Amino acid sequence: MIREYKTITEVVSPLMVVSGVVGVTYDELAEIELPNGDVRRCRVLEVDGDTAVVQLFESAQGINLAESKVRFLGHPLELAVSGDMLGRVFSGMGSPIDGGPAIIPEERLDINGLPMNPAARDYPNEFIQTGISTIDGLNTLVRGQKLPIFSGSGLPHASLAAQIARQAKVLGGGADNFAVVFAAIGITFEESEYFVREFRRTGAIERSVIFSNLASDPAVERIATPRMALTAAEYLAFERDMHVLVILTDITNYAEALREISAAKKEVPGRRGYPGYLYTDLATMYERAGRRIGKAGSITMIPILTMPEDDKTHPIPDLTGYITEGQIILSRDLYRKGVLPPVDVLPSLSRLKDKGIGEGKTREDHSGTMNQLFAAYSSGKEAKELMTILGESALTPTDLLLAKFADEFEKQYVTQSTEENRSIEETLEIGWRLLSILPKSELKRIKPEIIEKYLPKT
Amino acid sequence: MSGKITKVSGPLVVADGLSDANISDVVRVGAQGLVGEVLTMTGDKASIQVYEETSGIGPGAEVVTTGSPLSVELGPGLLENIYDGIQRPLPEIRKISGSTIARGISVPALSREKKWEFTAKAEVGDNVSGGDILGTVQETPAVLHKIMVPPNVSGTVTELHSGEFTVADTIGYLETEDGEKVPLTLMQKWAVRVPRPYRRKFMPEKPLCSGQRIIDTCFPLAKGGTAAVPGPFGSGKTVVQHQLAKWSDVDIVVYIGCGERGNEMTDVLMEFPELTDPKTGEPLMKRTVLIANTSDMPVAAREASIYTGITIAEYYRDMGYDVAIIADSTSRWAEALREMSGRLEEMPGEEGYPAYLSSRLAQFYERAGVTECMGSDRRRGSLTAIGAVSPPGGDTSEPVSQATMRIVKVFWGLDSSLAYARHFPAINWLNSYSLYLDTLAPWYNETYGDGFMLSRSRAMSILQEEAELQEVVKLVGADSLSATDRVTLEVAKMLREDFLQQNAFDELDSYSSYEKQAALLALILSYEKYCREAVSGGLSDVQKLFGVDAREKIGRAKSVTQDKFASAYAEIDREMKLQIADAAGK
Repeated sequence: MIREYKTITEVVSPLMVVSGVVGVTYDELAEIELPNGDVRRCRVLEVDGDTAVVQLFESAQGINLAESKVRFLGHPLELAVSGDMLGRVFSGMGSPIDGGPAIIPEERLDINGLPMNPAARDYPNEFIQTGISTIDGLNTLVRGQKLPIFSGSGLPHASLAAQIARQAKVLGGGADNFAVVFAAIGITFEESEYFVREFRRTGAIERSVIFSNLASDPAVERIATPRMALTAAEYLAFERDMHVLVILTDITNYAEALREISAAKKEVPGRRGYPGYLYTDLATMYERAGRRIGKAGSITMIPILTMPEDDKTHPIPDLTGYITEGQIILSRDLYRKGVLPPVDVLPSLSRLKDKGIGEGKTREDHSGTMNQLFAAYSSGKEAKELMTILGESALTPTDLLLAKFADEFEKQYVTQSTEENRSIEETLEIGWRLLSILPKSELKRIKPEIIEKYLPKT
Repeated sequence: MSGKITKVSGPLVVADGLSDANISDVVRVGAQGLVGEVLTMTGDKASIQVYEETSGIGPGAEVVTTGSPLSVELGPGLLENIYDGIQRPLPEIRKISGSTIARGISVPALSREKKWEFTAKAEVGDNVSGGDILGTVQETPAVLHKIMVPPNVSGTVTELHSGEFTVADTIGYLETEDGEKVPLTLMQKWAVRVPRPYRRKFMPEKPLCSGQRIIDTCFPLAKGGTAAVPGPFGSGKTVVQHQLAKWSDVDIVVYIGCGERGNEMTDVLMEFPELTDPKTGEPLMKRTVLIANTSDMPVAAREASIYTGITIAEYYRDMGYDVAIIADSTSRWAEALREMSGRLEEMPGEEGYPAYLSSRLAQFYERAGVTECMGSDRRRGSLTAIGAVSPPGGDTSEPVSQATMRIVKVFWGLDSSLAYARHFPAINWLNSYSLYLDTLAPWYNETYGDGFMLSRSRAMSILQEEAELQEVVKLVGADSLSATDRVTLEVAKMLREDFLQQNAFDELDSYSSYEKQAALLALILSYEKYCREAVSGGLSDVQKLFGVDAREKIGRAKSVTQDKFASAYAEIDREMKLQIADAAGK
């Protein structure tokens, strides 16, 4: 039953109050029809007796209290899904914008999804080779992981994400059931077009679904965009058995849209004005990544966010880091030094790496060398700091070697061109070559028999 | 008794016509029968927190009260299971609704089909009261489940049978003083917000051995004590919690994943059945109960999950077992509290948290302790509570960390700079503390002799000295330090790298027995002793001392197996003594 009301009593964008309603339920989708025939969508945030508080997904401009009609549709916001979505471009609210025909839906899915049963999850442990040393070697990505990129304004996160999307593959696995779901959340046309061109150039566009909410599109629509993308990804992964890589950019814009609505609702703000439920809200998106027991497909997620003022403790990166399984942090210092991609390996982390590496997955020496590289780079950086204050002469012989190691590590290991696709063996070999700079007694994190087998003999 | 909904705002629902409902009653909301709990009453209007997603619920929908508070089912079948925040078994839910959790599913927490072999211990004619043991069920090979008389019941056993029963079957009868006949079952129910009774509490006097060197040696936790693990993301909170759940020498572990990652629970579910408990030789899962309210699951049930967990833990404590409850993370629980408080339009305290945050936290931790259990045999049990705290930005000046630190006795502060250098566990040895050292000292002295505590204090003071010396080094370089100070720095480095660092993912290093910890520490300190002797004997080129071969062997001493360490360490000590004497030119 569709009920139509002409009883809008208040509009304070993006909220609207409709009175005298009957049978309206929480989270229901509604449409407003303007006198000029425009139709805009909105959803119910609160019902109190016969009054409904409704949140608009688009601008409130032109809404007339007396003449506009509100229709409650009796179901939450849904996305029509089908296998034909591949290769198509949609708006942030899920309507096709590439001039192609509408999708003939196989199913209509609630974009909020349902929580995944922890007892039905399959632990992600399949190594994905991205061809990027700092990720494969040190912060290994596995299928079904959610690994965000923490970036700053002006840093090359887009090219890093595009390189991952282009090169990612599972060793020995077929590549034919691979798909990319890309959600542009409030980013500029240029940034979004960069990704679309990249996908086109490499042919990945045929296997991509793109949801696009650009900076010029309504901010409140951004609340729906990532969920649209994830609903499409869930359908492809768990109904169509595909391995889906989801790229969401930029989460910071999403959180700001959420803050805008929260402020309009006059909620008690948490840190920096963001709502207290930001953690839960972000979690309901990020947690949709993963694998399920008995399903062939998977969702691997790379959300990108720009840290305001490069501050990792800002609520958006902070809460994201508490939910995601690690983070890749880009550093402005490295970028200035010309180290590209500027991955700051020490604070970067992949929580799932330990189950995805080692014998049978990558190589037996992976875990030990990884820890050793981290430890040596960390001590090397400390030694370099000391050197700037006290000069080279104050350093012990070992410290000097460590400092040299740190420099070479940035030059040879971190630095790599956007077209360079290193195999995991190449990455490990570079690692060993660098470790051979150091005296053997410093290699405490690696088992003696592994050192014996792999350390280049000079 | 049923009412009608008047307002829905996220997980908060207001309904009128509920004058008969009690505060804290469980209610069923809407046609799907979503589970909720009454928070406040005004006239016949009740504010209800709903433990499931409320989308599709609107005014006019029916609310039915069950007349009883939120309770858990306690009996055989809890172990090895994984529950959601309100004790619904997740594997059963999976059978019904597949990979995702649909709403309004109602499944009993304990299987009504599974039969348990019950062996009666009490006899007909026995006078029993709450806590007395009626008999036992071998719940898992590792745990003997004691079937107890429910806390508030007493009387004479008139009938009791051994045999195979389900948890709902009547195993016998008890006649109370008033002549009332009470049926006995393997299962009892208990309201989660009410602590289970005990006779009295004692001071904790025995350490909880976790096999983690920095914990057991430096900042020990007592059985029956409380501890907090605060740390920013990526500092290894979850690994520390998992290590404690794996290796603690307790009988039962209740692990609560409260608002954390789904994959972490999956990890436990997959890994624990594979790992062997060093104490019983059985898989670790056989002693573990899991509660999962992952971050994508409804927020209201997050608040309940902590209470569900601790009530189950208390039940096993009442059997006389040592129980540990591990909650990851209490910050998410506090945030759930804040979200409901905001929706109830309560006046916020600090950072939007309700004013009752610290009292609720204190109530939770206070349910831990060493207790003399109910029951005439005066058995003792203990309940140790360990909570992770996730302070925003790693800044522990926020309300949840502060309120927790006021209560707990052990503080393992995780440090992101240590984590970046891959020093794990990243517990900062300078700002962490344990207030149990004094009460535990007699136990250590009795068990391992006086040497252990002396070694510990020596090691801690070296680390403290190192921190001070590092300040000097930063200004003038290590070269300008005296030989004595350079030995201190070197020994501190060894303590950090060769003792405190412990690889949770390394088979041999993941668990370290107390004896091995003590021996390893003694070995490092004995290196210190030889070096100091050489230095006071006039040696000035300390680099020679640091280069001895045995030094590298100490670096690998952690991975010596449990059966060989004693002889191996003695051998290293011998070599070291000779080599250092040699280096000193004697």
